[in-house]
Amino acid sequence: MKEMVCIVCPRGCRLKVDEATLEVTGNTCPRGAEYGRNEVTRPMRTVTGSVAITGGIHPRLAVRTDRAVPKEKMFDIMNVLHGFTACAPVKRGEVLIADVCGTGANVISSRDM
Amino acid sequence: MTYCDIAVIGAGPAGLAAAAAAREAGAGNIIIIERDKEPGGILNQCIHNGFGLHRFGEELSGPEYAGRYIDMIGGEGIELRLGTMALDISPEPEPGEGGIRRKTVYVVSEARGFEQISASAVVLAMGCRERNRGPIFVPGDRGSGVFSAGSAQRYLNIEGYLVGKRVVILGSGDIGLIMARRMTLEGATVLAVAEIMPYTNGLSRNVAQCLDDFGIPLYLSHTVTNVIGSGRIEGVVISQVDEKMQPIPGTEKHFDCDTLLLSVGLVPENELTRAAGITIDPRTNGAKVNEDMQTSLEGVFACGNVLHVHDLVDYVSAESERAGRAAAEYLLKGAAAKGEERIIENGANVGYTVPQRFDPERISKSLEIFFRVRKKIRAGEITVYSEGEKIAGFKREFLAPAEMQKISIPKVLLDRAKGDLTVSAEEIAEVN
Repeated sequence: MKEMVCIVCPRGCRLKVDEATLEVTGNTCPRGAEYGRNEVTRPMRTVTGSVAITGGIHPRLAVRTDRAVPKEKMFDIMNVLHGFTACAPVKRGEVLIADVCGTGANVISSRDM
Repeated sequence: MTYCDIAVIGAGPAGLAAAAAAREAGAGNIIIIERDKEPGGILNQCIHNGFGLHRFGEELSGPEYAGRYIDMIGGEGIELRLGTMALDISPEPEPGEGGIRRKTVYVVSEARGFEQISASAVVLAMGCRERNRGPIFVPGDRGSGVFSAGSAQRYLNIEGYLVGKRVVILGSGDIGLIMARRMTLEGATVLAVAEIMPYTNGLSRNVAQCLDDFGIPLYLSHTVTNVIGSGRIEGVVISQVDEKMQPIPGTEKHFDCDTLLLSVGLVPENELTRAAGITIDPRTNGAKVNEDMQTSLEGVFACGNVLHVHDLVDYVSAESERAGRAAAEYLLKGAAAKGEERIIENGANVGYTVPQRFDPERISKSLEIFFRVRKKIRAGEITVYSEGEKIAGFKREFLAPAEMQKISIPKVLLDRAKGDLTVSAEEIAEVN
């Protein structure tokens, strides 16, 4: 039995996951059950960060992956972000890097700039 | 003199939501005064995700959440004045046309110089700022490398500077936890997070995803007892504290580090409010308000972190929309006929409530009350009493000071109250 705090929403339910049967208890929504199962099989996280931008009102542009990616890929994705420079104008939601690190997730802009 | 219907001070999440809601409720000529060069407030530097689950039903980053509200204030009827600082608010001595007591807001900007803006209603949405080293008496040398967590966040996420390589964080508020993860992802080593209380002040999920994910140790009941280094700091000492929060000799731990981040609380920024003579609640450090978010000064409303510090922007938006609608109503109908005002008192384990007073005649469906408990309670009941009689009870599995609570008392139950209300959080069983 693995105990964890659900990170799906600010409520922070205390989950218990049976590693053999993948049964989740303590959740108050179906997304919590899915989080609990993933967490013992393949933990997933959304990566947020920033990239350099030229021609914007600030030197950095906030970005994120458009879906959760395997947790062990987080630092690989950060390395890709470090090597990337965006060019203003950029729209909120615009795809900047497609299929980052082969995860199937895109890196999108978090804002207009 | 510029004339407008509503002056909103601050274009962060509270000001944007209030302006959008006021326009929707029929106000036409709204000016938002913002000292920064862009709208969005602190959300622009909160680039992590987790915003908007309540409000939009999806998980957004801070800039995305702000972006949606910036879109909402576009178009006719709302003018955004950037780079403009509000200096003072002064009310007319007497109500004028339509029973409205106008206010003059004094502002200054590089583009237009000094100006006076006359408004029928004012919405205070100035937000809050971080508590820094002074008020918490961090001992030790005065070297460089001590930052508030929010300043480090701005340097990193907006300006592109990582403020240090080896970091100790004092305080486990959400900003500190978020910065522990953020600096780790950017290549720094976060050696420790020290929290003087026996529990964390951030959301549990932030402890899980910001500290546990990266193996960052959290020292509860610990505080910083020395900072070493006269140029750039070279080390930080933390010690365990006893029940009276006094450091226990012999428990010192030394960390070689170049940076100390402080995440030790937020203080509503109420200089304008105080100067205007508006009554402040010492428990929230914000204005005292009624169910419409109206302050003690008629036609002046307050919302968001300037009123009380929130954990979730979604609640800021909801509260600010209420303030915006009420400001529009004041404008269109004048001051509401004053009914009998009732006080909401803090009972057992309740630190404060917002609102602090209400007029039962003006509640159409339900009365929403936000509050914080004083200690952690597992399995508790939030009770509402009026003159010794229980009028409502709400069971909660878990209550913590770090998590703002909300109850909604339906009008049918509220009508049973014969006088003031007392809100308490009673424990059925307690932990820690």
